[in-house]
Amino acid sequence: MAEMSEVEALLRSALVPVEPSEALSDRLQTTLSEITDLAVDELADWELSTMRDPRNWGPTVAAVVAGGAAATGLVVLSARRQRKRNRSGDPLAALEHGLREVSSDLRTRLGR
Amino acid sequence: MGDDADKRRLDAEFTDLYRAHLRDVYSYSYYRVGNHHDAEDLTEQTFLQAYRHFERAQRESDGRPLRPWLIRIAHNLAANYYRDRSRRPQTQLEDAAVVSAPHDTEDLVEGRQELKDVLAGVQALPDDRREALIMRFALGMDNREIARALDRSEGATKVLIHRAIKQLEQGLKEEETSNG
Repeated sequence: MAEMSEVEALLRSALVPVEPSEALSDRLQTTLSEITDLAVDELADWELSTMRDPRNWGPTVAAVVAGGAAATGLVVLSARRQRKRNRSGDPLAALEHGLREVSSDLRTRLGR
Repeated sequence: MGDDADKRRLDAEFTDLYRAHLRDVYSYSYYRVGNHHDAEDLTEQTFLQAYRHFERAQRESDGRPLRPWLIRIAHNLAANYYRDRSRRPQTQLEDAAVVSAPHDTEDLVEGRQELKDVLAGVQALPDDRREALIMRFALGMDNREIARALDRSEGATKVLIHRAIKQLEQGLKEEETSNG
């Protein structure tokens, strides 16, 4: 292996890995938990309640089946934007709002 | 039921990816944007984007590590960050090495100045050279990984890093000469 030059040694000392704050780590963990919980619980509940109205069947089913993880990710992104707009709001309400935004967005994209 | 099981498996694998590479993504973001606040934003957005495309990335990776893919997402988001807000990296990087180094002797104070000069030199490099050095030294990525993250060949990446180091070395020498 080639010998490390002085500059490389300096680079190694200067560009050290940076630890993220615990707050960031906690926030991301929470977001990931929201995603997974949403997928197995809220998403299923919301899907069932939406399917009671036949007018929603087409786009909703298409979104959930075809979208999979990506659709859920969109929901979370949307919910996060909503929470930023209303910090004091109920997180579940924000997630629900996110689901509705995504459904609406998908309908628009599908042109239905 | 199969979909649920697949979703759970994907989520578990994504969580593993997140745990393994949170520090990498954060370090890369930090050295790109130069402050902790924006680095946190960039890291968060990177993982949310990654989650959206995780299934496909995993399918297309053929078992190769996904770290270069993650860093590529951060790289693209950082480019948008500057484009959208007409910002450039902060010139005074609050570098982690300097902040965390003990400073109880004069030698160490001199050493800290030397590290600051190196960081300033890195910040002054062209974007692709700077990024390659961040990936190599802050993240410990090898040429193959950096090549994948920057969408270049391994040969081109090796040349890029070599030139980056040479340019930095030259800049530091000139700085030293001008300071007497």
